[in-house]
Parts: sequence; structure tokens; C-alpha cells
Amino acid sequence: MDRSEIKSFIAKRVAKELKDGDVVNLGIGLPTLVPNYLPEDVHIILQSENGIIGTDTVTEENKDPVHVVDAGGSPSAIAPGGAFIDSSVSFGMIRGGHVDATVLGGLEVDEEGSLANWIIPGKRMPGMGGAMDLLVGAKNVIVAMEHTAKGNPKILKKCRLPYTAVKCITIIVTEMGVIKVTDQGLVLTEYNPEFTIEEIQAATEATLIISPDLKPMV
Amino acid sequence: MAKFVSVEEAVALIPDGASIMFGGFMGCGSAHKFIDALSKSGKKDLTVISNDASMPGGPLGEEFYGIAKLVHNRQIKKLIATHVGLNPEVATQSMQEGTLEVVLIPQGSMAEMIRAGGSGLGGVLTPTGVGTIVEDNPYCLGKQTINGREYLLIAPLRADFAVIAGYKIDKAGNVWYKGNTSNFNIVMATAADTVIAEAEVVVEIGEIAPEDVRTPGVFVDYVVEGGKYNG
Repeated sequence: MDRSEIKSFIAKRVAKELKDGDVVNLGIGLPTLVPNYLPEDVHIILQSENGIIGTDTVTEENKDPVHVVDAGGSPSAIAPGGAFIDSSVSFGMIRGGHVDATVLGGLEVDEEGSLANWIIPGKRMPGMGGAMDLLVGAKNVIVAMEHTAKGNPKILKKCRLPYTAVKCITIIVTEMGVIKVTDQGLVLTEYNPEFTIEEIQAATEATLIISPDLKPMV
Repeated sequence: MAKFVSVEEAVALIPDGASIMFGGFMGCGSAHKFIDALSKSGKKDLTVISNDASMPGGPLGEEFYGIAKLVHNRQIKKLIATHVGLNPEVATQSMQEGTLEVVLIPQGSMAEMIRAGGSGLGGVLTPTGVGTIVEDNPYCLGKQTINGREYLLIAPLRADFAVIAGYKIDKAGNVWYKGNTSNFNIVMATAADTVIAEAEVVVEIGEIAPEDVRTPGVFVDYVVEGGKYNG
């Protein structure tokens, strides 16, 4: 798989985690591909933390880039039945557990289910934006990312970069498999049959617990 | 009662070294005419509190959009924000040249710090940032455990000025926001000594129904009419 295929593959699997009616916040990049893979009978409400409940696809007709933008600052739109809210209400909604799931990428994740994705000290300091609040407040935290970076593991025993939030992840989806975070550690519940279990573990610094119900990713 | 002034008169209120909250999210919901005039005013050493540093390249082809103009003209000494990654000049000035101090705060915490600052609260207890380097942030005053869960105690935030932007503002200063431009404008309007509100359109009293007012005019000190924003 090339990188674009890897991203689509991961997004397709993440889509299965979402249920009809879920309120979902998507991070930038790969997570924005997820809605493309939802079954026809699954409708989700997308929340944009800068104040949209129920975002819609931008068209020439509804485009208003001065007054309606998404959390990346790009033009957005609102779906019928949606609402515009201010930042305090939006983050009250996020911290208060009113968002069912957030999907976001990661630079590093670890055995405790902690995530680092907002800063590389001395190199890049873009800021955490709304990520820390989303990780603490969303009911399900889905990390969607490539399994390794330039061949180096991203799933570590302990994050080396500064945390975005600790003990926050529900599930990790990569092109190699699906990993659930449990009190016992990281449990591999699904694997991509293109790889052996040994290959997946070799690409993972953290020790994977192999689920007794392990099945192929489809 | 809100006073109606020109953009130039409003900019003249700002002294060098002032702290200013700017509403807006990546320029969406920012007081563009005021910011443009401020960027040409030569005012300097500003402390700016804003969600972000906006970006070069606005949606209507602007070279610099919103407060990116103030960054570009090096008028900001200290920036308190949640995300600055889409404006590369911030990294240049802060990390390479050391001329701009940046304090990063989680977005939800910033909204509540400002809300607390404007509503008489002594701080905010939030689970956001527990176990992260936010604990070392100058605004983090400590940690508390409540019902078994850890929270950070974060200081309230106020400023000398808040500069907000609404679509319609009536002659009593009541503000109606279009699209999702309300973002930080609503809390910021409550948390500054002087509040300047920029309207795209000024309307007569009664043209905004009382139930549609989202920032009541009693919070607004000055109104400037910016005209419909078209880049």
C-alpha cells in the first residue's frame, strides 16, 4: 500500500467504530477521510470545536469563508438541524462528555493509552488547540495513524514527547491492526493479514497482548 | 451606552504596551477593519490574547489575514494563544529570533479562563492538561482532587481591551453574530476594561430581536462600523 492507500485503509476501519447518531469531532488530516466510509444507514453529527454542531460539505452555494470555517480555518458549512455555538459552550460540550468520539492522529502513543501529538520541543510548537480538551472529554478517543514513522515505532512503552493527555485513548487503528487500550495493556484485537503477528510486534515498541479473539481486519 | 466612533478613533484608544483580546478563529470573526488600521498605526509592545495567530493568505486573497498583520508588523511582544502553527512567522519570531513570547493554553481552558475573568470567578478547575506540561504553565496555580479526579486550577484572564466583531450591531451596542463567528467574541466581550466591537452592518434598535442578542450592548463601550467584509 502507498501512503494514500494506507490512509484510506485506516479511515475505512475507523468508520466502523462510529454508530448512527454519534456526535463526532475529527482532527485534521487522515481523520477527515472517515465520513467517506460510513455505511449509508449511519449518520453522524460532526462537531467542529470552533463552534459548529453538524458540519456539512462546502458547495459553491453554501460557501461563506468569512463567516463559517472549520477548526483548521478552512471554509465549512452547516447541515440542516445544526447549530452555531461559541467557544465556551463548544468546550463545555467537549469536556462535559457530550461528544461521543474524537478521531485524531498521533506522533506517539504508549502502553498506558497516553498520547503525544502536539509539540516537538525545540523544533515545532504549533500549540495544542482543542486536542487536550477533546482527549480528556470525548467518550471514545480513537487514534488513527500509521503504525511507524520512517520505520520507527510510534507505539511505545512510554511516550518520549510531551503528552497531549495521559491515559486517554480507547482504541488505536493503524494499517497493521487494531489495538485496544485496557488496564492490562495494549491488546491486539485485529490484524491486517498482509502482516504476520511477529511483524506487527516487531514494528511496535510496546508489548502487545494478543487477544484470544484475534481476527483479521476487514 | 455604547459610543459610535470611527476605526481611527478606536485605534487611538490603544496605548503602546496594551493587552488586547481579539475574538476570532483563524481570522473568522475578527475585527478586520480595526486590525488593519491598528497594523498601520505603529502601536507596539502589545500583549495579545487570541485563539491563534491567524495565517498569511486569507480566504479572499488577503496577503495577511486578521492578526497575522500584527505579527507580520512585529507589534506583538507577547502572544497568549492555543494554536499558532498556521502562521509560520510566529515560530520565526519566537523560536529563532526570540522577539516574541508565546504562551500556549488549551483552547477550552482559554475560553473558561476568559469567562472566569469576565464573570467574577477566581479561577477554573479543569481536567484538561493534567499530567502534561500545561502544569508548568504560568497560569496553572496548582492541582486539586475532587471526587477522586484530578483537576488543574487555572487563573482567570482579563485584558485592557477586547476587540470583538459581530455581523449586525444595533445602536444600543447589541451584537448578532453570523455563522460561527461568535467563537471567542462572546466571552472576551465580558473580560476587558474597554470593549470595542466592530460591526459589518450597524442597524436600528429593534432590528435585532432581543432573543437573538448574543452579546448585550451593556458589555460594549465602543462600536465601529467596518462595512461588509470583502477582503
